[in-house]
Amino acid sequence: MIKTTLARLQQKHRTTRYPDGPPPSLPDRYRGRPVIAAGACPEGCRQCADECPTGAITLEGSVGLDLGKCLFCARCEAVCPAQAIRFGRDHQLAASRREDLVLGPEGARLAVELSDRLRRLLGRSLKLRVVSAGGCNACEADTNVLSTVGWDLGRFGIQFVASPRHADGLLITGPVTAAMRPALRKTWEAVPEPKIVIAVGACAISGGPFLGHAEQHDGAASTVPVDLHIPGCPPHPLTILDGLLRLLGRIPEPEAGG
Amino acid sequence: MSAHLGNGESIALGDLPVLSVAALRDEVIGGVARGRRLAAYFGAGRRGDALRVVAVVAGDDDGELLACAADVSGSYDALTPDCPQAHWFERELAEQWGVEPRGHPWLKPIRRIPDAFFRVDGEEVHEVAVGPVHAGVIEPGHFRFQCHGEEVLHLEIALGYQHRGVERALVGGPDRRTLAYMETLAGDTTIGHALAHALVREALGGGGAPPRALAIAGIALELERLANHIGDLGALAGDVGFLPTAAYCGRIRGDVLNATAQLCGNRFGRGLVRPYGLDHDVDDALREDLQRRLAAARQDFAVADRLLWDSPSVMARFEGTGLLSLDVCDEIGLVGPAARACGAERDVRQNHPHGIYRFVHIPICTWPTGDVFGRAHVRSIEVQRSFAFIQELLDSLPGGPVALERPAPPAADRLAVALVEGWRGEICHVALTGADGRFARYKVVDPSFHNWFGLALAMRGQQISDFPLCNKSFNLSYCGHDL
Repeated sequence: MIKTTLARLQQKHRTTRYPDGPPPSLPDRYRGRPVIAAGACPEGCRQCADECPTGAITLEGSVGLDLGKCLFCARCEAVCPAQAIRFGRDHQLAASRREDLVLGPEGARLAVELSDRLRRLLGRSLKLRVVSAGGCNACEADTNVLSTVGWDLGRFGIQFVASPRHADGLLITGPVTAAMRPALRKTWEAVPEPKIVIAVGACAISGGPFLGHAEQHDGAASTVPVDLHIPGCPPHPLTILDGLLRLLGRIPEPEAGG
Repeated sequence: MSAHLGNGESIALGDLPVLSVAALRDEVIGGVARGRRLAAYFGAGRRGDALRVVAVVAGDDDGELLACAADVSGSYDALTPDCPQAHWFERELAEQWGVEPRGHPWLKPIRRIPDAFFRVDGEEVHEVAVGPVHAGVIEPGHFRFQCHGEEVLHLEIALGYQHRGVERALVGGPDRRTLAYMETLAGDTTIGHALAHALVREALGGGGAPPRALAIAGIALELERLANHIGDLGALAGDVGFLPTAAYCGRIRGDVLNATAQLCGNRFGRGLVRPYGLDHDVDDALREDLQRRLAAARQDFAVADRLLWDSPSVMARFEGTGLLSLDVCDEIGLVGPAARACGAERDVRQNHPHGIYRFVHIPICTWPTGDVFGRAHVRSIEVQRSFAFIQELLDSLPGGPVALERPAPPAADRLAVALVEGWRGEICHVALTGADGRFARYKVVDPSFHNWFGLALAMRGQQISDFPLCNKSFNLSYCGHDL
């Protein structure tokens, strides 16, 4: 007993005060939301698009970068001769609509909160069932970490539950492998209405590195309707938390992109 | 006779001995009988009607890797009855290529959901099915228990739910996706697999990463081990309801992931390890920052760890649970902390050292009990040794660049083998290039491939309620197995 108490004192209180206080610091070399400079591209240059492992970059007039496919490897930034793409430090990436993930020079459109009715129902108690459908265990791990004492997701009324019957929605990781598709569908059907679906990570949004493989289905939207997309490979826990809180309307005003 | 090569070396395909099936059987069965291990055994491609199979046998005492091949068509005499280490490889071979290892005792697919499970019949025998969707935030797999009351008579593990077709997609590479595949083969082993791939590329192209890159890559690999071992010790504490260590280790694991992110911007080490070097260097400010973070994490861990081992209620649940003998461990070819917890001195860092491990020694930790206690204890000691190793290396980083300016492309018609001691155990990558210098076959053997069957055997005679504890004590990868 005395040892347990002493250990408890030594470990201290470590839960982040975010969002009431400042967010936990991001790593110095963190690659957050990319910023695209308008009109910077040299004529006919395609180096970024050719280098991108998932084909996230389109070059029609200006650079378009699909955050849903982006692995945040920053190869595009490294090869660009004109600094037209630069990875910034903004961790806020979640979007409600798939098309809002395509980033141009004008910046991003962040996730909007749930309808009033859903927010009344779920805003103070959101139970999620996590389904990994081909995830590599990175998105799973950084989702799981939100339940540790450092983040304490429970204080927002958000909790990961063991059964879809207890859940208000699904949090899906992975590109949806062929073998997991029926299980994902059944799990979704087992969640009572009204329900929401959150896709976490490049795989769950677009298939990620596995995009186009015959063994998977290019993400969760192939199988169930998705209400929130949280990009990254994997997204930083702060990005996942931001997405969840944004959905519940717990983050007051979206900050300006940058 | 087999071709001899060292870890991270390659041979011309013309020098790969193509034996008769009988001679390949003798090589593998004889080698394993003399204490070697089957590190890889796979189909490398068809030549007409025949399938070229390649075997890589690892000698842990002499640090040698022995490679040989044979052409099989239709069916051949299975290795498994004489060499149980081959059983999972031969099931994979049959599934991927349609050849039949004759006399295999349990020929079923390993990545397709079986039509029928092994069944124990009896008046009071019942069956429990779990998964693929589990209760926690965890990857999918299906477990089928045959139970008599609480006692588990048999556990069958059905995998394949995570199959993403990675090996197939690697053929024709290296290309712009190759590194992304390596970093997501098993996301919690990003550094381990990326490092194995880098070794393969360097073996195929000649030359290697500069000394400073080797040292920093070693630091990254040990950080990966730290994060996962600390996380596992916390989760083991959680599974027996000992919440203080569970809570502390959950957070300390995050501190280590954050240290990795300081290195390269990503908590799992993505974007760091490349063939012929690293994408990020460590300057003096970062070195001091890492030392400070690791000193704090080490101190916090020491307290959380001590608390765990000082709690009799925890020890009572760890001791004697999920037993595996050293004989069984050797017979099925277990790797990593699970093998070392059975008393096997098996660690790539020691037996087949590559990179920085050739210059800086990290002692092997073994424990003879083969139970959950052993697997937890080995992790606990390894955490301490990895902390010491990283802190020592940070203070003595070699100078120079962290990457070669002009990485060489893979040479044509060669075979390369690389072993890396990931936190779960031996990662083995084998690549064969074609005449165009592209991958004609890229074989990945995650440590989980060897160890899943160990978990099934460890559950025999155990209470089914101990499954979460036993499972966590192995903590195997689903996607690393399913690929």
